[in-house]
Amino acid sequence: MITTTNTDYTLAIEELTVSFDGFKAVDDLNFYLDKNELHVIIGPNGAGKTTVLDLICGKTKATSGSIKFLNKELTTLSEHAIVREGVGRKFQTPSIYENLSVLENLEVSYPYGRGVFGSLMFKRNQKVLDKVHEIAKEIMLDDVLDMESGLLSHGQKQWLEIGMLLIQDPQLLMLDEPVAGMSVKEREQTAELLNKISQGRSVLVIEHDMEFVARIAHKVTVLHQGKILAVGDMETVQNDPKVIEVYLGH
Amino acid sequence: MSDYTYSELGSILAMQGFAGISLFSVLLLMALGLAIIFGQMGVINMAHGEFMAVGAYTTYFLATLTETYFPAFMPFYFIFAILLAFLVAALLGYFAEFALIRHLYKRPLDTLLATWGLSLIMQQSFRSLFGAREVSPTLPEWLLGSYQPIESIDIPLNGMFVLALTAVVTLGVFYLLFKSSWGLRVRATTQNRVMSGAVGINTKKVDRYTFALGCGIAGIAGAAFTTIASTGPTTGTLYIVDTFMVVVFGGAASLVGTIASAFSIAQAQSILEFFISGSMAKVYTLFALVLILMFKPEGLFASKVRR
Amino acid sequence: MSFVYEKLMGGKQGFTGFILLAVILLLAFPLMLDEFRLSLLAKYLTYAFPAISLVLLWGYGGILSLGQGIFFGLGGYGMAMFLKLEASSPENTAIQSTPGIPDFMDWNQITELPWFWEPFSSFPFTILAILILPALFAYIIGAAMFKRRVGGVYFAIITQVIAVILTVLIVGQQGFTGGINGITDLRTLNGWDITSDFAKYVFYFVSCFLLLGVIVISRFILTSKFGRILLAIRDKEDRVRFSGYDVANFKIFIFCFAAVISAIGGAMFTLQVGFMSPSFVGIVPSIEMVIFAAIGGRMSLIGAVYGTLLINFGKTAFSESFPELWLFLMGGLFISVVMFFPNGLAGLWEDYSHHVTKRFVAFKNLFIKKAPATEAVKVKGASS
Repeated sequence: MITTTNTDYTLAIEELTVSFDGFKAVDDLNFYLDKNELHVIIGPNGAGKTTVLDLICGKTKATSGSIKFLNKELTTLSEHAIVREGVGRKFQTPSIYENLSVLENLEVSYPYGRGVFGSLMFKRNQKVLDKVHEIAKEIMLDDVLDMESGLLSHGQKQWLEIGMLLIQDPQLLMLDEPVAGMSVKEREQTAELLNKISQGRSVLVIEHDMEFVARIAHKVTVLHQGKILAVGDMETVQNDPKVIEVYLGH
Repeated sequence: MSDYTYSELGSILAMQGFAGISLFSVLLLMALGLAIIFGQMGVINMAHGEFMAVGAYTTYFLATLTETYFPAFMPFYFIFAILLAFLVAALLGYFAEFALIRHLYKRPLDTLLATWGLSLIMQQSFRSLFGAREVSPTLPEWLLGSYQPIESIDIPLNGMFVLALTAVVTLGVFYLLFKSSWGLRVRATTQNRVMSGAVGINTKKVDRYTFALGCGIAGIAGAAFTTIASTGPTTGTLYIVDTFMVVVFGGAASLVGTIASAFSIAQAQSILEFFISGSMAKVYTLFALVLILMFKPEGLFASKVRR
Repeated sequence: MSFVYEKLMGGKQGFTGFILLAVILLLAFPLMLDEFRLSLLAKYLTYAFPAISLVLLWGYGGILSLGQGIFFGLGGYGMAMFLKLEASSPENTAIQSTPGIPDFMDWNQITELPWFWEPFSSFPFTILAILILPALFAYIIGAAMFKRRVGGVYFAIITQVIAVILTVLIVGQQGFTGGINGITDLRTLNGWDITSDFAKYVFYFVSCFLLLGVIVISRFILTSKFGRILLAIRDKEDRVRFSGYDVANFKIFIFCFAAVISAIGGAMFTLQVGFMSPSFVGIVPSIEMVIFAAIGGRMSLIGAVYGTLLINFGKTAFSESFPELWLFLMGGLFISVVMFFPNGLAGLWEDYSHHVTKRFVAFKNLFIKKAPATEAVKVKGASS
C-alpha cells in the first residue's frame, strides 16, 4: 500500500504495473506531470504508450500501482467517473459520432445533463450555444457547425474530437497520435492549437512525428518495453545514447 | 421413498442416471453443430433447429421410401438415413451461407434476425412438403425395445443408440478440428482472418464449409431424434433455445466447454426432475443458467483472448 | 408552441405523420371499417405498443430484445387477473367446490386464493401493477446485464431464455395461472360489461389515445439530449462512456420504458379480446414484435404502427386465400429488410417520397397558372 503525501502534481503515477497473462505491458512505472505542462511520450511500437493512457482513463485495469490525479486515486474509479473528475482522452482513430452534426457532437459532450433525467430535461439554451461556438472557433470548425461530422476530413475529425474534450474543460488532456494522417499544414495548425490549449491545463501526448514533438513538447519521456528509458527536454532526449540505440539499434 | 427396496432404489438411480446421460447426449449433439457455427464463426444461426428438422424429415422420407419400395431393406436403412441427413442438411447449409450468411458477418444482430426469417421459410417448406401434422419414421426393429441387464433396470435401446452416435460424432468433430489440416485452417481463420487470408487460406471457402458442417451435424441430430420423438414443422423452435443456452453457457469458443455445459445442464435438470415437477425443474435450471451468465457472460470455459 | 412542435411532434415531418395517423385511426378507420374488421384492428393496435417500444430500444438504442412478450404478458396477465377475480364472484361461481375463486383454480383442487392474486381485486392496484411491475422486472434484468456490459447477441439470447422461463412457468403452474389456456371468460370491468360491442368500441378509442400519447412521449425522449445520447450509445458506446456518461443507466432507463409501453399494450389487449394466454408471452410472439418494428421501420415510431397493422392484416388476408404463401412472404420480407432496407418501409418512404412529392408538385403546377420562377425551390438536404 503506497502512502504518498499530498502532491502538487496534476498526475502522479507510482509503481504502476499491468500484466496480461504474464506479459508486463507496463512495468513499475513512475511518472509525474505538472500543471500547464505539455508532456510527450515517445517510444518504439509496443513500448506501452497507449497502455499507459488506457490505464489512466480506466479502459484497462492496473495489476498494481497507483494513479493519482489532483490527489484523487483513479485506479478504483469507472471510466465515466474518471472523465467527470476532469480527464479527457482522445483515441488513436478519430472517435466521433459520425451521424450527428459538428454542433451536436460538441453539444453531446457538454458537461451538463449527463445523467438520465438531466439529459431528458436538457435545454439547448444560449449558454450552451455560446460555449459550442467558442470551442468550435478554437478547433477551427466554426464554419461547418451544421455539417454531418462523418463528412469532415480526417484532420477535421481529429480536431472535432479534441473539441469534444475541450468543451468538458478537463484538467488533464490525453491525446493519442493527434496528427496521424494529417497534412503538413494541418500539423502546423494542430501544433498551434495544442500550444494554446496547454495553458491552464496539463496535456499528455503520444506521438511519432519528431518534428511535431519538437514544436510542442515542454518535456519528453521515452518509453521502452513498459519502462521509462529517458526523461527530459527534447534535445537531451534526442542525444541520449540509450534512446538512439533503442530507435536505431535493433 | 421407503416403499422401494434398496435394489429397486439402485435400479431407479441407474435409470435416472441413464436418463441424465441420455439428455446429455441429446443436448450435446444439438449443441455441437451450433458450437461450431457460433463458437468458431461467431454466427448466430436461429435456423439451427430447422436444420435438425431437415435431418429428421430426410429420415422420415427415406423410411417411407424404403417401406414402400424396398421393405426387405428396412433393418438397414437407418444408417443410410443418418448419412443422407448429414448430406442434405450440409448442402442446404452450404447454400444458405452462400446466399445469406456471408453478407452479414460483421453484423451479428442482423444475422440473428435474418436466420430467423430463414427459419420461417424453412418451417413453411416443411408444412408444404410434409403436411402440418407430426410425422415419425418407422424405426428398424433393432432400435425398438430396451436393454435389461438385470430385471429391474430398463434401458431404452434408442437412448443407447443416441449416446453411441453422439460419442462417434463428437470424436469425429474433435479429430476434424484438431487433427486434420482442414481443421487447422478453420481455427486459423477464426483466430486471425486477415493473416489467414494472407498466407493463402481461402477464408470464404473455409467459412462456407464450416457452416455446412455445423448444419450437417444438426441434420444428424435431427435424424437421431426421430428415435425419441415425432417431427413437425415447428419442432425446430422447440430445441433452439436450449441449444443456444448450452453453447453460450459453455463459452462459445470452446468445444470442451460445450461438452461440460451440456453435461452439467443435463444432470442438473434430471436430478431436479427427480424431486420436483418437470416444468419447474426446467424453470430452475434455466434460471440458474441466466444467473450464472449474468455473472460470467463469457460462459464457463471462455479463453481470455487479448483482442 | 415551438416546444410542442419540435419536441413533442418532431418538427414538420413528425407533425404531418402524427396528424395523418391520428386522422386515420380516429376518423377514417371507424367510419370505413365494419365492426368485425374494427375489432381486428383494435387487437392489432395493441401489438403496436411493443413494436413502438422496440423502435426506442432497438432502433435508437441498438438493444435487441427478443423478449418484449414478457412485458406484454405481464401487463396482460395483470389486467386479466383483475377481470377474472371480478368474474369469479361467489354468486357467479356458486357451483364450484370453492366459490369465489377462478374456475381453473377450482379444477386444480385449489381451495383458497393465492396471496399474489389478492391485491388484484383492486382496480387502482391493478393499474399501478401494470405500470410498475414490468418496469421493476426490466430494471432487475437491465441492471444485472447492462452494468456487467452484457450486450448485443448475448443480451438478445438471454431475453429469449427469460421469455421461455416465464412461458414454462405459466404453463406449468396451471393452478395459479390458468396454464396453457390462459385466463379466459372475462366479463365485466367494475360492473361494466366488456364483452358488448359498445365496450369494444370504447376500448378501441382508448387504445388509440394511449398509442398516440405513447408516441408523443417517445418523441419527446428522442428529440431530447437523451435521444442523441441513445443514438451515440448505439453507434459508439465507448466514446459515450469516455464523455462522462454512465451508459448502463441510459440503457436501463430505455429498457424499463420499453417494458412499460409493452405492458400497456398487453393490458389493452386483454380488455379488447377478453382473455390472456401464454401464447402471447413466449419467443414466437416476441420475435413477431421485432418483425413488426423491422418491417414498419425500426427508426420510425409511426412506421412501427403501420408495420404492425400491415403485417397483421396481411396475415389475415393471406390466410384466407393463400395460407401457404404467407410465411414464405413474411420470412422473405424480413430477410430483405435486414439485408437491403434496414430502415423498413418508413425508411423507403423517407428516401423516395420526395420523388413522389416532386412529381405531385409538378403535376399540380400544370393546373395552377403561376410562373414557376416565383415559387420557392425546395432544397434537398435540409435535415429534419
